[in-house]
Amino acid sequence: MGFFDILQGLMGGAVTAIYITLGAGTFAMALGLLLALAQTFGHSRWMRWAINAYVEWMRNVPALAHLFLLYFGLAAVGIRFSPLVAAMLGLGLVGAAMLCEVFTAAFRSIHPGQREAALAAGLTPLQALRYVLVPQMLRLSLPSTANYTSQLIKDTSIASAIAAPEIMFFARNLVTSTFETSLIYGTALLLYAAMVWPVAWMFFRLERRLEMSR
Amino acid sequence: MTNPLLRIENLHKSYQSLEVLKGISLELQKGETLALIGPSGSGKSTCLRCINNLERPTGGAIFLEDERIGQLPDRRGGWRPMTDSELAAQRTEIGMVFQLFYLWPHLTVLDNVALAPIKAQRMDPAEARHMAKAMLDRVQMGHKAHEYPERLSGGQQQRVAIARTLAQRPKVILFDEPTSALDPELVGEVLNVIKSLAEEGRSMVLVTHEIRFARDVADRVIFMDGGVVVEEGKAKQVINHPRMERTKAFLRQVHDQPVAEMQGAP
Repeated sequence: MGFFDILQGLMGGAVTAIYITLGAGTFAMALGLLLALAQTFGHSRWMRWAINAYVEWMRNVPALAHLFLLYFGLAAVGIRFSPLVAAMLGLGLVGAAMLCEVFTAAFRSIHPGQREAALAAGLTPLQALRYVLVPQMLRLSLPSTANYTSQLIKDTSIASAIAAPEIMFFARNLVTSTFETSLIYGTALLLYAAMVWPVAWMFFRLERRLEMSR
Repeated sequence: MTNPLLRIENLHKSYQSLEVLKGISLELQKGETLALIGPSGSGKSTCLRCINNLERPTGGAIFLEDERIGQLPDRRGGWRPMTDSELAAQRTEIGMVFQLFYLWPHLTVLDNVALAPIKAQRMDPAEARHMAKAMLDRVQMGHKAHEYPERLSGGQQQRVAIARTLAQRPKVILFDEPTSALDPELVGEVLNVIKSLAEEGRSMVLVTHEIRFARDVADRVIFMDGGVVVEEGKAKQVINHPRMERTKAFLRQVHDQPVAEMQGAP
């Protein structure tokens, strides 16, 4: 079995990895932003405590354990997700905690005068958030968001443990039938790199462009 | 005398047990420039920030053309503080220029000026940008319309901030130490703009350490110390011929020379 046959055999997994990245990434961004907003601007001490607890929990427990809990654990009580959905949810929940920290730190690094100037100009708090604070926060958190996205692409590999048909899942199957261990896992590595590099490059270009306008 | 444009009655502001404003009352007539001077910690900036409710007063009342600022009648016949959303319309009528400019770094100079008219006042975007350009020209910053704020000097940034405030079409403009953060050589360009606004007949309240500027540009001066108004009167009278000992001591201190030596100007 040659390199291109293996590559072809793993391509389906790469497509799944991209789906998981997109699904989990979007979910993590949206939930992370909501949590960071509540953490930074919310008035409820109880809610801030709950968010802190969530973030700490997610940071300190392996993502694989969450995937198992979502996929096998919930199935045991009658809630069944497909491996793909469980992977998106699981990685998304972990990512939301990481991005919540990143976004909260970025919000806190914006001078309070930025918001005051917006309010003094007659913007409502929501408009100040939408047009002044969130755009600055996203710029400030771009390097960390880039790191997170690269990490997420690599982490899609753990979804193979719940039988999500991604690269490592196909690789293991191919190995058991062909025993071409080095070539197959080597090709899998190249595939991950081929997905991470364009994303890293895209973020790099974006950072450069926004630096010009900061 | 006509009804004042801005009226502050017995304004109090406390932070826990620390009382910063101890009952300030003042009036501003339409077209008048009022300067607040006084030592650091005297409450001038807090007083200014209470006018547009960036600091919430703990007592007293503020009226702009007889409309109470920051308070709404409640069901029991009293008053309740407005939320920031409810305050937005009133704040549009009270422009504010900050010591540190606070231009929004992710927007071009033109968009900094046009944002509030477009979003807060729902002006047509093309019309708002046209107006924003005119305001930038007014402060000699039209040629920088498409630059980002970080490429500008402090003086240029403050002039853009003034244009941003003018674009709100406010009834009164508050200046919170607008030149304190500037290098000495950049102070003049900002003071010139403020002076020209005063000459145009804008209604302005100016917190400043530039005592000579206050004397030459303001119609009236209020000297504050320890959260109270110590002395109030026509600018030249208060600064050239202060009556109160505390005012005299302050003016001597900031100029490092006797008050009499400042009396070269009329």
